[in-house]
Amino acid sequence: MSDTHAHSIAFVRDTEIPPSPPPAGETGAVKWLRENLFSNAVNSALTIASLLVIYILLSKTLPWLLNGVWTTNSLAECREVLQGKTGACFSVLTERWNQLLYGFKYPSDQYWRPNLALVLLLFAIAPVLFFDLPRKLLAFTAIYPFLAFWLIWGGTILAPIVALVGFAAGAFVFQTYGKSSFAVGFFGAIAAAFAVWIIGGMLIPDGASDNAMLQAVPSRDLGGFMLNLMLGVTCVSLSLPLGIALALGRQSDMPLIKWMCVVFIEFVRGVPLITLLFVASVMLAYFFPPESTVDLFLRVVIMITMFSAAYIAEVIRGGLAALPKGQYEAADSLGLDYPQAMRLIILPQALKISIPGIVNVAVGLFKDTTLVSVISMFDLVGMIRGPILASTEWNGVYWELLGFAALLFFVVCYGISQYSQWLERRLATDHR
Amino acid sequence: MSTLTDPPNEGFRLSMLINDTRYRSLTFQVIAAIVLALCIWYLGNNLIQNLRAAGLNISYTFLGDPSGYDINQRLVEYDSQSSHAKAALVGLLNTLLVAFLACITATVFGVIAGVLRLSNNWLVSKLMAVYVEIFRNIPVLIWIIIIFTIMTAVLPGPREFRGDNATASMVFDSFAFTNRGIYIPMPWFENGIFASTAMNWLLVLAGFAGSWIAAHQINVWANTKQESTGVRPKTTALILAAWLVPFLALMLIMGLTWEYPELKGFNFSGGIKVGGPLIALWFALSIYTGAFIAENVRAGIQAVSKGQTEAASALGLRPRRVMNLVVLPQALRVIIPPLISNFLNITKNSSLAIAVGYADITATLGGITLNQTGRAIECVLLLMLFYLTASLTISMVMNVYNASVKLKER
Repeated sequence: MSDTHAHSIAFVRDTEIPPSPPPAGETGAVKWLRENLFSNAVNSALTIASLLVIYILLSKTLPWLLNGVWTTNSLAECREVLQGKTGACFSVLTERWNQLLYGFKYPSDQYWRPNLALVLLLFAIAPVLFFDLPRKLLAFTAIYPFLAFWLIWGGTILAPIVALVGFAAGAFVFQTYGKSSFAVGFFGAIAAAFAVWIIGGMLIPDGASDNAMLQAVPSRDLGGFMLNLMLGVTCVSLSLPLGIALALGRQSDMPLIKWMCVVFIEFVRGVPLITLLFVASVMLAYFFPPESTVDLFLRVVIMITMFSAAYIAEVIRGGLAALPKGQYEAADSLGLDYPQAMRLIILPQALKISIPGIVNVAVGLFKDTTLVSVISMFDLVGMIRGPILASTEWNGVYWELLGFAALLFFVVCYGISQYSQWLERRLATDHR
Repeated sequence: MSTLTDPPNEGFRLSMLINDTRYRSLTFQVIAAIVLALCIWYLGNNLIQNLRAAGLNISYTFLGDPSGYDINQRLVEYDSQSSHAKAALVGLLNTLLVAFLACITATVFGVIAGVLRLSNNWLVSKLMAVYVEIFRNIPVLIWIIIIFTIMTAVLPGPREFRGDNATASMVFDSFAFTNRGIYIPMPWFENGIFASTAMNWLLVLAGFAGSWIAAHQINVWANTKQESTGVRPKTTALILAAWLVPFLALMLIMGLTWEYPELKGFNFSGGIKVGGPLIALWFALSIYTGAFIAENVRAGIQAVSKGQTEAASALGLRPRRVMNLVVLPQALRVIIPPLISNFLNITKNSSLAIAVGYADITATLGGITLNQTGRAIECVLLLMLFYLTASLTISMVMNVYNASVKLKER
């Protein structure tokens, strides 16, 4: 029987057909394009509109960027080189580079000092930002503020050393007595620090700054992007502890303390930073003792720190409120007192939740340091709007300067926000 | 057999002030009160001494003196003979004006960018991500200056509109875009019911309020009808009529006419002038804050789980009703609180007007008036009082709205 069919069937396949490649429209770039850019009429229209926008932006900026002139000494020379072509006069950046970064009064033979301070800042901040680094590096972080102060302002090295010894004495007292009673340790530490500062202040001879190792630079000579960075770093690091204290105070069940914190936070959050800077520039001097001169930098640091502390306090309050009540009760049932419970149980968790918010405040604060140009301090924006645009050589070079300022701020702020996202992923201990 | 005894009745000891929880909080508060009082006394004492040394006193009579400076952009009558108080009022209204305009446009930009960032279109979502990142990471002050510079550099000057071969021309013969500002036609009433223009516009506003109430009543009527009969009457035409009829009637009765801007001499006259600084500030604030709102909107929409959309579709709702009835009410709950703080930020950031010369309250009261009179303390205090009031009012109004859309829990 079997051979009858051998004639009726012409061909029997005994191997599998090799899989054929998918249709051209279903693979690779074509598929991706169709799914992501041209899936329907509306999508295609949007794609074409976006391409148009990108084309217009690039066609305006690319020739301007690529034809840039980097080596002339004034706008007139730059225009001569360009001969009517579109092109940027980036030579304003090269010619005024030092002014943009350090302001126009910082002694030019001392530029290595802020540069060194910036490099050391990276080393000091690294162990704070990255937990995997050895903890011993934090010792350098603790010394850094005094070192940076000495590097940037110069003058006698005794002043920062006395300040450092004061803090060290405070920390020692707290370590010794803080174990048995937090309050005794805390107030004892403050008393010890002040005692060291007062005695040390009397020990520093008058005129110690005159022939010091580093030439003294007064605050009003600081400027440029350096001023923005200094204000940003100083105010963020000062406002973090203040913000934590305010947030805890606002949560407190002592009515007077709670009320003080609420009034402070709501008041500061209700007014724009500019009015606080006005206070610093025209009003704060009235509140200091007569004949004392507190320099503008310090006054501005005080006001900006207050400003950002109020915002950080609100962020941390959110973190505290987000903790389940069981955490507070667990701490109580372990027999921990308030400082212990806060330090060991509540704050580590609350701060972890608040990190994105704190970083947002920090980025906002760093951007807001440009506002000091309104009270005639010469930060990066102040330098651009003031001495550089007003000079006869560079009158009218807006785009290059403003674009440069925007780029600097973008790099720093974008970097910070990327770090915060990395940190959030790193700290995520919950199950996903 | 032992008997239970009361705990030993000890007398009050000084250490109990800090160790006994009954007294401890009281101790701390007393310490805080003393420290606070000392601080206030110290600062106040310094203030009095400093003022005495400078021969100053705290007095607000300077507000009544003639200000002696002009303000270009103003909503109420003002000239250089008006008082400082009037100048402050002009500034106050200007602040409110730019804040109001910027809140609206920032919301529009933010919603569009936030929705587009979630688009399936790869190019569009990436473009929006770039927009958000660029605008969020560069200070608003730099944006205000950049946009002001663009305006003055790109738009033509008024004299380019002149002559037979003018290089610039008005749009529809009624809008003039110049580097000094934008001129738009001004509506006015030929035979207004009241003598003053402001009263006539108030009447128009009242008409709108009436229309709103009528439209609301129509909706209520339609709802009751639907509940009782199961059929919803068609209301579109009725609601349209409720909005349009009173408005058109008022316009016809009062004789609405338009005054067009005209080139006279070296500048335009007639119409409404929207000054360059106002436009730069308005646009910069909207596009900057829009980037923040876009992120809030995106977070809000992503917070509504996909199951909600699917459940609504399974119930047979159409896409538009899914959006209106299911997704938006839940997303709004997440979007509204940060939106409020963004509106507050706009109001506070409008104080940067001083950088482009827009006469807001910081520039008039805190700028020129302060410099002319030297009354630093009074001016700054008034300025803070204004911003504090504005902030608290906005957050109160928005909190009431927030409470109305909040999840009703039992």
